[in-house]
Amino acid sequence: MTQYGFHIDTSRCTGCKTCEMACRDAYELGEAPSFRRVCEASGGSWVPAGDAWWQNVFAYYVSIGCNHCDDPVCQRICPSGAMRKQPDGFVILDSKRCIGCGSCAFACPYKAPSFSKKLNVMRKCDGCRARVMNGKEPICVEACPMRALEFGDIEELRKQYGNARDIAPLPDSSYTQPNIVITAHRHGSGVEPSVSVLSNFKEI
Amino acid sequence: MKSSNCKEKRYKVFTSTRNDLVVQPDCLIDSEQRLNDCTKSIFGYCSVNCEGRCVLNFHVKNDKLLWVESDQSIKDGDGERQIRACLRGRSIREWINHKDRLSYPMRRVGKRGEGRFERVSWDEALDAIAENLKRIVDTYGNEAVYINFSSGVMCSNVIGFLFRFMSMYGGYLDSYGDYSHSQIDAAIPYIYGCRDANTPADVENTKLLVLFGDNTLETKMCGGGSSIHLKDAIHKAGVRTVVIDPRYSETAANCADQWIPIRPGTDGALAAALAYVMIQENTIDQEFLDTYCIGFDEAHLPPSAPKGSSYKSYILGDGSDKTPKTPQWASAITGIPASEIIKLAREIASSKPCAIYQGKGPQRQANGEQTARAIAMLSIITGNVGISGGNSGSDFETYRFFEAEVPMPDNPVQIAIPVFLWTDAIDNPAQMNSSKGGLRGADQLNVGIKFLWNYAGNTIINQHSNINRTHDILQDESKCEFIVVIDTLMTASAKYADILLPDLMPMEQPTIVANDWAGDSGYVLMNSQYLAIQHERRTLYWMLSRLSERLGFSEEFTEGKSEEEWRQSIYEESCMEDPDLPSYEELLIKGIYRRKNPKGRHIAFEEFRKDPLGNPLSTPSGKIEVYSEKILEDIKGYKLEEGEIISAIPVYAPPYFEPGAADKERFPLQLIGFHHRSRAHSSYGSLDAIRQRARHQVWINPRDAKDRGISDGDNVQVSTLYGRIQIEAKVTVRIMPGVIAIGEGAWHNADMEGDRVDKGGCINTLTSSHASPLAKGNPQHSNFAQVTRVK
Repeated sequence: MTQYGFHIDTSRCTGCKTCEMACRDAYELGEAPSFRRVCEASGGSWVPAGDAWWQNVFAYYVSIGCNHCDDPVCQRICPSGAMRKQPDGFVILDSKRCIGCGSCAFACPYKAPSFSKKLNVMRKCDGCRARVMNGKEPICVEACPMRALEFGDIEELRKQYGNARDIAPLPDSSYTQPNIVITAHRHGSGVEPSVSVLSNFKEI
Repeated sequence: MKSSNCKEKRYKVFTSTRNDLVVQPDCLIDSEQRLNDCTKSIFGYCSVNCEGRCVLNFHVKNDKLLWVESDQSIKDGDGERQIRACLRGRSIREWINHKDRLSYPMRRVGKRGEGRFERVSWDEALDAIAENLKRIVDTYGNEAVYINFSSGVMCSNVIGFLFRFMSMYGGYLDSYGDYSHSQIDAAIPYIYGCRDANTPADVENTKLLVLFGDNTLETKMCGGGSSIHLKDAIHKAGVRTVVIDPRYSETAANCADQWIPIRPGTDGALAAALAYVMIQENTIDQEFLDTYCIGFDEAHLPPSAPKGSSYKSYILGDGSDKTPKTPQWASAITGIPASEIIKLAREIASSKPCAIYQGKGPQRQANGEQTARAIAMLSIITGNVGISGGNSGSDFETYRFFEAEVPMPDNPVQIAIPVFLWTDAIDNPAQMNSSKGGLRGADQLNVGIKFLWNYAGNTIINQHSNINRTHDILQDESKCEFIVVIDTLMTASAKYADILLPDLMPMEQPTIVANDWAGDSGYVLMNSQYLAIQHERRTLYWMLSRLSERLGFSEEFTEGKSEEEWRQSIYEESCMEDPDLPSYEELLIKGIYRRKNPKGRHIAFEEFRKDPLGNPLSTPSGKIEVYSEKILEDIKGYKLEEGEIISAIPVYAPPYFEPGAADKERFPLQLIGFHHRSRAHSSYGSLDAIRQRARHQVWINPRDAKDRGISDGDNVQVSTLYGRIQIEAKVTVRIMPGVIAIGEGAWHNADMEGDRVDKGGCINTLTSSHASPLAKGNPQHSNFAQVTRVK
């Protein structure tokens, strides 16, 4: 059985949000929150030196959606059994069972599920499972102008890009064992979460 | 039944951690149903003016547009890149189906700018245009008719018909330049004879990439365009990259090993100090300068040049200003520590080759012409011109192979104004002469603009500097007597129309598009099927055909052809010039024809470098003109105002300001614009999905924000001498202290009869309409402003 996952190359991402907007268009999300969002992380400070300035500013972006985790906390907490990891590795929402209570959204450290006022149930990225089954890539991956997203067998992706799953401002990967591989931006590796601030709160 | 259901539910609660419960397809709400439920895919493209042109495939069922996919014509790889649309193209469905999409011809009922209109029939609308055009031409002559600069539809076969139409109806007041790069376009040719640079792919051959204000990764986001080619080149060769910009731009964030923040408008001072260090340390390429250039030092000045007027004399302080351009001198001006300037100078000098490029930001300043030349000097003194891995110092070039245009008779009116001075040509035509007004083809304008055409453009309000001034000029109906706007949405400019006509989008009509900035990967795109036409929307050609009937030259104008027939004949004209192009029928089927630069990449002035005598430049001397006699010749008779600088050599020329505009007490912060990802200029500016997620904000440093009690996300007012806007604050370390930045293109939205506070946050409510001295270009990054928190 293949467990699919995403490679997120933060050294290529320009934060353009094409992944997010392509997904919104394809799944007609309308007023609903996005399945994939792009976090801006930045930090550094400015020190005056006479008329001039010294600084150590940095910024980078992390595109994040549902990571179809090995230990999906959304499934653990779901009171109706609607959120279920499938034999093919995708974590899928059974909309007929979903009662729209929002527990999954509350529990997920990546905030992947969200409530749809229109449909009265939760919604979440399903990894474009239908496309993947037809041999295509998820919309977000196919859309990325900078080729910062990749999709495939997580084992293959890890062989190619390593095992890193953590980068500020994402939560610690030990909570849910996400199926992602992260290539760190030159400022993203080894950065203490405390100095790297999520800088676009209103946009995500 | 009821109780067993309950039991079942309770049971599921406790077993929900099982992985073997397969969700049945009918319980899925997303991908399966929606994405596999389309009967038809229609090929098209996004063709706004972002310097990319991207493939879009429209998935349609029963004439309803369901979703949009991008380029699927090839597999994406390093050798060939799919032409992927950015967030805007992927959101185009909201534009096409926009609730405010113009659907019927309309006539203004309120004052200009109020946006009050009544629906009229096509006959009424076209009759009114024909009558007024005839009246104005009869009364004032064709010189009084102007087609305003616009770039909302970048197809080869659309707006050309308007110029054809006017040329056949006796002509129109012509124009030159644009709002993108007027200053650099006027300036660089004085050095090299033309404006040229290497293409992004060549960056892989350099040792050091230095970008002055270039933000390719945000301004050219097309996934088959400059951004991906530049990123691929930097990535492939691990090129060390330095970005010089007041803002930690996306290009800086993504590519820069070092970011050097600089005060806006002072790039020329940095360039001078870098040159100073290199001259002092004798790391310049003297042999290159002696062989290829004139005017660098006293020994190579043209005979007409006075003593002490060489570039080297200027830099070392032996020129008329007696000021050595030391790193300390530049540090106080630019805000860059002197030691950083020395370090950068040494790095540039020791990196062979070194690629120095500038974006279009540094030149979009008052005196930006001088800045463009000053930056190019760094390529020249280091001998990096005309070689792979080097550059001319100008902005990235692109490969183009396809040109097609609507057949165009000569314009009988031989007078042209710079595009930036069209409001002056309405307001004060007597002032429009060859010096102040940059008028070409006549000494003086005889009459102001009385009839204004505006097709797919937002420049009659939004994209032109000093909106409050423009508003006052346009509201006076005794000045410009008639305005026709043709567009898809009620833009800020459309509100000023006397007659407003509903346009079709490029995917709703037969169009053809060539690549814009696409590195070395050129292409042509053509659609064969169109999205369904709704309501009374029509093509520009349809409108003009019916107007030409009314004015009695329809046979000549249309030649009896339909839109499709014209497209075919225009394309086949291009095939005559370029037999390798596919046939019209073949392109119709495929939609896309790609052609890579046969040379692999473009190296500017390569032939000249190889053989300067055999392949001279098109400058008067045939050499690189560090000292330009031509520039002095061209400005004879100019009366420069205080602060305006046009110099034979590329001196540092600080931006100048109109009286009161740079009053540091009232306006202590420098304000620049930039190209934000949410819009291509003002195109896509009204889409909610984008506005919520790629937010329109003023960037302000935490130090400046703290002084003003401003927190991230606060609503603030930004004011200059010219106006006030309201906007959300982005408090970020990514902007230099003392500088604020606002993305250009947001739609102006103010009560013009009331407080005039622009709640749309358009930067041009704040900018000056005083043109740059040489190019008569827009100085939209030369501003001083204040920011206050809105309580």
